[in-house]
Amino acid sequence: MEDKKRLEEFEARIQRGEKIEPKDWMPERYRKQLIRMISQHAHSEVVGMLPEGNWITRAPSLRRKLVLLAKVQDEAGHGLYLYSAAETLGVDRQELIEQLLEGKAKYSNIFNYPTLTWADIGVIGWLVDGAAIVNQTMLAKSSYGPYSRAMIRICKEENFHKRQGYEIVATMAKGTPEQKKMVQDAVNRWWWPSLMMFGPHDTDSPNSGELLRWKVKTKTNDELRQRFVNLTVPQAHAVGLTIPDPDLKYNPETGNWEFGEIDWDEFWRVIKGDGPCNRERMRARRKAHEEGAWVREAAAAYAAKHGMKSRVA
Amino acid sequence: MNHKTKAENEATDTQWPLWEVFVQEKQGAPHEHAGSVHAPDAEIALQNARDVYARRGRLLSIWVVPSAAITATTPSDDGPFFDPGNDKIYRHPQFYKVPRGVKMF
Amino acid sequence: MKLDKQTQSDLFDYLLRLGDDRLILGHRVSEWCGHGPILEEDIALSNIALDLIGQSINFLSLAGKVEGQGRTEDDLAYHRDALDFKNLMLVEQPNGDFGFTMVRQFLFDAYSLLLMEALQASELKELAAIAGKALKEVRYHLRHSSQWVLRLGDGTEESHRRVQNALDDLWMYTREMFESDEVEQRLVQKGIAVDSTSLKSGWESMVFQILKQATLEIPGEQGYYSSGSRQGIHTEHLGYILADMQFLPRAYPDAKW
Repeated sequence: MEDKKRLEEFEARIQRGEKIEPKDWMPERYRKQLIRMISQHAHSEVVGMLPEGNWITRAPSLRRKLVLLAKVQDEAGHGLYLYSAAETLGVDRQELIEQLLEGKAKYSNIFNYPTLTWADIGVIGWLVDGAAIVNQTMLAKSSYGPYSRAMIRICKEENFHKRQGYEIVATMAKGTPEQKKMVQDAVNRWWWPSLMMFGPHDTDSPNSGELLRWKVKTKTNDELRQRFVNLTVPQAHAVGLTIPDPDLKYNPETGNWEFGEIDWDEFWRVIKGDGPCNRERMRARRKAHEEGAWVREAAAAYAAKHGMKSRVA
Repeated sequence: MNHKTKAENEATDTQWPLWEVFVQEKQGAPHEHAGSVHAPDAEIALQNARDVYARRGRLLSIWVVPSAAITATTPSDDGPFFDPGNDKIYRHPQFYKVPRGVKMF
Repeated sequence: MKLDKQTQSDLFDYLLRLGDDRLILGHRVSEWCGHGPILEEDIALSNIALDLIGQSINFLSLAGKVEGQGRTEDDLAYHRDALDFKNLMLVEQPNGDFGFTMVRQFLFDAYSLLLMEALQASELKELAAIAGKALKEVRYHLRHSSQWVLRLGDGTEESHRRVQNALDDLWMYTREMFESDEVEQRLVQKGIAVDSTSLKSGWESMVFQILKQATLEIPGEQGYYSSGSRQGIHTEHLGYILADMQFLPRAYPDAKW
């Protein structure tokens, strides 16, 4: 069959809302875009374990410790689901991880910011997971079957992440003066990076058109960002927190909370590697990977030596 | 596709082979595909599957299968492979009329 | 719970030992989160840490009830200093490499399995119930750690060398698992506690079998053995764990989190 005809059929399937499965014909561009997007998403989950993991041993109660540990563990699990989804497109996890460790792959900018106080754990759960959920709810409708299924599972599991974050924020916001100061400071630091999580303006997003046409994404960056702001501002006000944006105002006609301009210089700088923690996060990932090499090798050697049912591959 | 083969990767480092995980949630229910894990051998694959897919809620049983051992149909099988069954309407319960008011099993 | 003064005080102490072992080991294992050798193992280690901390909550919460002063598990975890912590020195040892962590876990898991099994027969129903619940988790922990000891011991030359070293380094902390004292003995008399000395032979047969299969050499009996953690004497490492763990509630005593 001609590629042109195949492409038409492929796009017609997408228009009908059918899911594309791993063995189905797909344009090379679609495959490449998906590998790029899914692996970036997987890397983000894995790198995202670091800033929050930083507070597990210092959680202020045993209950908070269990919840945080379970949440960071979920992120490892979600990274795993996503790498698996990417692997259905014909890449090895090994290769994707190498791309990350060699600095060739991107991951969400947000994890290049530091967690300085316990309030950051609450605010990350509330804002960062909140933004992720807005994004992921949309991706659960993605046209690629394995990605969509991974997202449905992830959305279900992440339901508690945002709630636990907001619970910490609300508790601190009605706590002692020091706690109030801590939580407002965390909101001030995380608000703008959270808005950046949705990516550049639609007009500056080179991949957006194609991704929307192929229903890998079903909403634009700016639509999702607006939805996030509309959901979040009332939540901040409900616990007496201030959003660090002097331009923020409610538009009763559109029902939108209009907000100020994002510092796009900062956005692009951090993406290109010049954020507060880029180098540190990569160093931590590389260290874990390198120090784990002898373990992975030993297990493989043991399996080979004992002729275990692993050598089918 | 333009990527290194598995063998080339394993020469330098390994993420271990891929296994498909099937889980049974309820007694009498079929094992259903839950996802996959990487593991060096069957025992670790079972443990990893348990840790990854039974984090929430109990599972009754887990199967792990090396992904490489799975043979699947391809989309081009679609016509010849699946159509005949669809034609044979006598294989589907709706083919059989049941007098109104009779409850079947 | 109607207990005489002596039993109440003994039991409180005994429950702290059980709770602190699991709290401190859980703390150590949780330090791995995000730094494991492979993603699957990150998830496994987090599960083990979650189980251990969950178990410690049950033991410490019961300890608080037995004490009867209104202290919760959080009060006990966050507001005691090193001398009042009763965990084994084994569990406070720093993680080292993955092999070190697995050997430490294996040595403890085998002990914990036997102890939880025996505690199911405790006359104190609450304690028996907690042990029964923990036992299911510990069975899995032991399966995980012993499978890893096998693979690393009998894997490559490097992995063999590393876990043999870990075993040699940790061996001196194993004997105090099987030491008993008056506190424990009085509770044994009442059918509440398990005599630690009774666990030794079972532990040895379990541990030696795996170590041999893993081609590892069992350290000799002659070396130095640490003792005293059940009375609050620890290694240098516990203080840092507590400084880390207790920082927030100590720095902000009036705050709720």
